[in-house]
Amino acid sequence: MLIALLVMSFIALALGAVLGFSALKFRVEGNPLVDKIDAILPQTQCGQCSFPGCKPYATAIAAGEADINRCPPGGEEGIRKLADLLGKEFIPFGEDTAAPKPKSVAVIDENTCIGCTLCIQACPVDAIAGAAKQMHTIIAVECTGCELCVAPCPVDCITMVPLPQTLQTWKWQYPEDAQEKKAP
Amino acid sequence: MRKLHTFHGGIHPAEHKLESSAQPSLRAPLPQRLVLPLKQHIGSAAKALVQAGDKVLKGQLLAAAEGMLSAAIHAPTSGTVAAIDFHAVAHPSGLPELCIVLQPDGEDRWLEHAGFDYRALPRDELLNRLRDAGIVGLGGATFPTHVKLNNAQHIQTLILNGAECEPWITTDDRLMCERAAEIVQGIEILRYLAQPADTLIGIEDNKPQAIAAMQQACAGSGIEVVVIPTLYPSGGEKQLIKILTGKEVPSGGRPLNIGVVCSNVATAFAIHRMVNHGEPLISRLITVTGNVKSPRNIEALIGTPIAELVQLAGGALEDANGYIVGGPMMGLEVTNAQLPVVKGSNCIIVKSDKLFPAPPPALPCIRCTRCVQVCPAELQPQDLYWFARAKNLGKAQSYNLFDCIECGACSYVCPSNIPLVQYYRFAKSEIWANERDKEAANLARERHEFHLLRIEREKQDKADKLAQKEKAALAAKAAAATQAQPIPSQPAQSQPAPDPATVSATDAVAIDALRAQVREIAHPEAKHTKE
Ligand code: SF4
Ligand code: SF4
Ligand code: SF4
Repeated sequence: MLIALLVMSFIALALGAVLGFSALKFRVEGNPLVDKIDAILPQTQCGQCSFPGCKPYATAIAAGEADINRCPPGGEEGIRKLADLLGKEFIPFGEDTAAPKPKSVAVIDENTCIGCTLCIQACPVDAIAGAAKQMHTIIAVECTGCELCVAPCPVDCITMVPLPQTLQTWKWQYPEDAQEKKAP
Repeated sequence: MRKLHTFHGGIHPAEHKLESSAQPSLRAPLPQRLVLPLKQHIGSAAKALVQAGDKVLKGQLLAAAEGMLSAAIHAPTSGTVAAIDFHAVAHPSGLPELCIVLQPDGEDRWLEHAGFDYRALPRDELLNRLRDAGIVGLGGATFPTHVKLNNAQHIQTLILNGAECEPWITTDDRLMCERAAEIVQGIEILRYLAQPADTLIGIEDNKPQAIAAMQQACAGSGIEVVVIPTLYPSGGEKQLIKILTGKEVPSGGRPLNIGVVCSNVATAFAIHRMVNHGEPLISRLITVTGNVKSPRNIEALIGTPIAELVQLAGGALEDANGYIVGGPMMGLEVTNAQLPVVKGSNCIIVKSDKLFPAPPPALPCIRCTRCVQVCPAELQPQDLYWFARAKNLGKAQSYNLFDCIECGACSYVCPSNIPLVQYYRFAKSEIWANERDKEAANLARERHEFHLLRIEREKQDKADKLAQKEKAALAAKAAAATQAQPIPSQPAQSQPAPDPATVSATDAVAIDALRAQVREIAHPEAKHTKE
């Protein structure tokens, strides 16, 4: 009886030591949950979630400090994915969050631009090219449509233009929506 | 007799082939205007080489293949390039596409051209010529032929698809009746390229005349004409391979994975015209049928408007109400008669309420599993419908949504009239779009991380410069002080010569600091969670 107890407690201790050792030895750098959440967020980096970018919002969600319904660019689909990942219930957008908009890109009116570089400083993905006192241009494929460059422009020469549909971005409609449209 | 196999499911829709298959084909006269989309094939659009106002000859290259997966476009007749502009095409989106508009001059004057001895050419060169002649699969998929054959050497089986299983369509049937010998010459070129152990032609048993013609043309060539039972969709690539060889193409795989290459009989004909006569792909045979006076097959130049072909088939009857481009099972409904015929158009059906009554409203799924019984891809259509309808895309994908060939057999038998295929198309395009969004997000994440790093580095640089300035100022002060009280015996101490070892050490410290910043920017959560 005593021997059995001893053997069992020895095994328990040994396994515990192995576990403890591997926890230290194979510790994962960073926080994998944050990365998983960040992978769902659209990376627009717009700050509409009230955090200074997607990663900080992901960090706050992981820490349980923010709800999952704060990212308008992600749309309801994004909330649904976050709910799935975190095993939570789907919740609609809150009253204080902006409504999702169609994806747009910023366009600079190059005749009005005075080359002040304020928009360059605001762009979170370095998608604006230009130098001091020179006309600026937006690299459309890299623009995330975050709108952060619009407000700082002192001459209001930046507008957000919704992306036109092309054959590359065209999608089949949800059949029930298509029927509703045909009916009248 | 070859032992035939069967694929799962299949249906027997009303054939409606006799309307058009008995008439000999007709060559269309020159149309008023030709509209040539730059993208008539799978892959990237061809790149236009001409400008508005250019005079071109018949067979002249108008747009070259661009990138790995693409095909060239040629002038179907001589004339003037009227414009290169956006024009409506037969695409479910209804979005216009970039097209070359050609005004024929009525002379139909050929560019100098001639056939060549393909056996004298290296294989690569022959494939390049196929690409430059704009040859694509003419069964409807329009996959560039030179890409399909690129890695196909010493294969087991070459299959020629003459099944033509979709109702109403009879172009392959007519082509085989009228051009059997030329198709066989094209098949010989395919055999030369792919060196197959066996070559088979699969034809459904509802085309006795075509079967006889092909058997006669193939006599003594080692090509075997295999008559298969009529069952939709036996002309689907995977289904035909299963019937003829008993082998299954793995999910997500290509026929080449199991040593098979499958090509349409019309493609073989186009290859023959190109190699033995030097003619690029500028025309094709197309069935014009349905609610028209005299349904028939017409050899039309690529770019001819639908309206002119309908006129050649005797014109649409009174109660016509639109067109189907392709067959009734997989084709596309359109209303614009000015849309051009493209390389992949095999059929135009003029519609009427009598021939194609509008489907009754859809009812809820009763889980009768009739769709499961007929699905040739052995899927669970009712489950796929359920997931697609709930927009549960991940689940739909894990039920092999992408194995669905959109044949429409499930919708055809569904007693609840559910437009099942529409749900599958919706789900597939949603998944592709998500994939694109994900790529864009990854790019934005990378750029944002770089942006943070850049700002941090700039800050650091500024701070360093400031520190250096201060240090320099201090040193200057100290130097001034020592000069006030000169101690000639120790001149070196006040301004030590830069020692290479110390310099690299400070650099190393700076690099370490930068590395730490990068790490922190890449994983800021450690700091943020504490806040
Ligand atoms: S609201 Fe903007 S910053 Fe916040 S997670 Fe969404 S895209 Fe990122
Ligand atoms: S055939 Fe229609 S009703 Fe029957 S199980 Fe399939 S989807 Fe449901
Ligand atoms: S459309 Fe797709 S799911 Fe329906 S029967 Fe054909 S392959 Fe199966």
